[in-house]
Amino acid sequence: MNIQRKKRVKEKSRTLKTSLKGVFLYKTISEKIISKHAGRELEAGDIAVVDVDVVMSQDGTGPLAVSQIKKMGFNKVKNPSKSIFFIDHAAPSPRSELSNSHIVLREFASQAGAIVSDVGEGVCHQILVESYTCPGDIIIGGDSHTCTSGALGAFATGMGSTDIAVGYALAKTWLIVPRTIRVNFNRRINKGVFAKDLIIYLIGKITSNGATYKALEFGGEVGNRLSMDGRFTISNMTVEAGAKTGIFPADDITKEYLKSQGRLDCFKEISADKGAKYEKIIDIDCSVIEPMVCQPHTVDNTLPVSSLEKIMVDQVFIGTCTNGRFSDLKIAADILKGRKVASGVRLIVVPASKDIYLKALKEGVLETLISSGAVVQSPGCGPCVGVHQGILGDGEVCLSTQNRNFKGRMGNPKSFIYLSSPATAALSAVKGYIADPREVLG
Amino acid sequence: MFKNKKDKKIIIGSSFKFGDDISTDLIAPGRLFHLRSNLPELAKHVLEDADPGFAKKVKPGDFVVGGRNFGLGSSREHAPLVMKIAGVGAVLAKSFARIFFRNSINVGLPALICDTDKIDSGDILEIDLKKGIINNKTKNLKFKFNPLPEVMIKILNDGGLASHIAMNKGFNL
Repeated sequence: MNIQRKKRVKEKSRTLKTSLKGVFLYKTISEKIISKHAGRELEAGDIAVVDVDVVMSQDGTGPLAVSQIKKMGFNKVKNPSKSIFFIDHAAPSPRSELSNSHIVLREFASQAGAIVSDVGEGVCHQILVESYTCPGDIIIGGDSHTCTSGALGAFATGMGSTDIAVGYALAKTWLIVPRTIRVNFNRRINKGVFAKDLIIYLIGKITSNGATYKALEFGGEVGNRLSMDGRFTISNMTVEAGAKTGIFPADDITKEYLKSQGRLDCFKEISADKGAKYEKIIDIDCSVIEPMVCQPHTVDNTLPVSSLEKIMVDQVFIGTCTNGRFSDLKIAADILKGRKVASGVRLIVVPASKDIYLKALKEGVLETLISSGAVVQSPGCGPCVGVHQGILGDGEVCLSTQNRNFKGRMGNPKSFIYLSSPATAALSAVKGYIADPREVLG
Repeated sequence: MFKNKKDKKIIIGSSFKFGDDISTDLIAPGRLFHLRSNLPELAKHVLEDADPGFAKKVKPGDFVVGGRNFGLGSSREHAPLVMKIAGVGAVLAKSFARIFFRNSINVGLPALICDTDKIDSGDILEIDLKKGIINNKTKNLKFKFNPLPEVMIKILNDGGLASHIAMNKGFNL
């Protein structure tokens, strides 16, 4: 066989293999999205450089991304309308050093053609789902909870500042196509139990590194019926199990949500192929799940509220990219209506975005919360990151609706953080100790 | 594994042992958020909430040794960066959280997966990054660490991701 013929045969067999893979390979949602963005058929384990649709960072990770963009010799972003710098972690700024970091972001964005989402607009992940994320997108963000956008059927993952800098400059990144763990939330969900309880239950079951490097893909009759707000909460916390992304199919519920945001044009249906290869399938009977908490200092240290001894709380925080949405504030207000926050307890409420803030204002939700004793602060990350707006004192206990309770997370390594749903948080604020919301919702 | 001449292929130092689940909040806490624009200052507090005296004790080339799921939590690249600035030669763990692992390689801090039960605090290690061998001189034990994926070796060889992109005017993986 001469060399040219050998080459032709080799090429032919490669084409055949590719098309065979393309036609016959049943794919998970992640495999579908990454293949499309790589321009070739891929399966779990493959490595590819892919196009990226949306790139973002926030005021904690953005300044380092800016200096890395400059270090690489770039001065523009590749895709201005989908390159965003969010000012949400320390917003409004509590210190001059942070105010100066904000100036760095505003100046760079203006010169490079990127978008700034400034003080008071809200948490990056919430603004993304409201205004940017489309089903089928690849989204990289300089924030670990970027996986939140997976709820809309996007492949969304958190990365560090240098990877994000490359994303801004080239609108590309490199990825290993992750293996997928399929999680089916089955049967029915009990009264007083919410999406937050489902994800806490799952993390308790698989632990904080149970999905490291993996994609979690959700379904099951409860999963398929979950509201978008519930899906956001679940996708948001998948990184707490180590996952690269947490993805829901894009279906009628997704479509309705995008329509309500005036973005119906970006909807497309996405689901896994029947016969897709999963590393593991986890079936969860939701009817046995009770209201849950994560105890200090890890997210996988979980327990049903009913098994908890009496834990007195100093502060309750309802908000964040996990649970600062309208339905979260509404359930809290429903519980707090006609009740008062216990004396000695601080209840802090932070809407996740300006739109949520306005809706809660118009519908009287904020009035109910404030009348019962809550302090409502400007949209953003609030006290979750330990920078401002509710740093804990030595020995203090906080029950929060956020996603993380690591030692020192809320600004003081000598404090203790429990995590729960907004309903559990609201009733606990009234009682002064961590309480089971089924007492009033059951 | 390291072709770049500037990088040392053999590093020798003392071990600082930490437990499982060392989060980025323990390495570079949120209460010091304002120091992210002043990395040398932030590095003086590295791992402070896990071991308050660590930043003062660590010498160039020393090793941070963790258990499972090292670096879980936030995407802050400042975590591996301040470890590097503080002089840490490599971080060793049974497993790493995904973003921390990727960030470490991007900033040029070797992150090595190995059986850290074979290392105690104070043990002197000699690590041959090229051959993939850890020599625990205190315990007289030699063992291997897991090889990195090809793409990551390429990035490390180019001196981290930013240099890789600058050198190649884009990805060349």
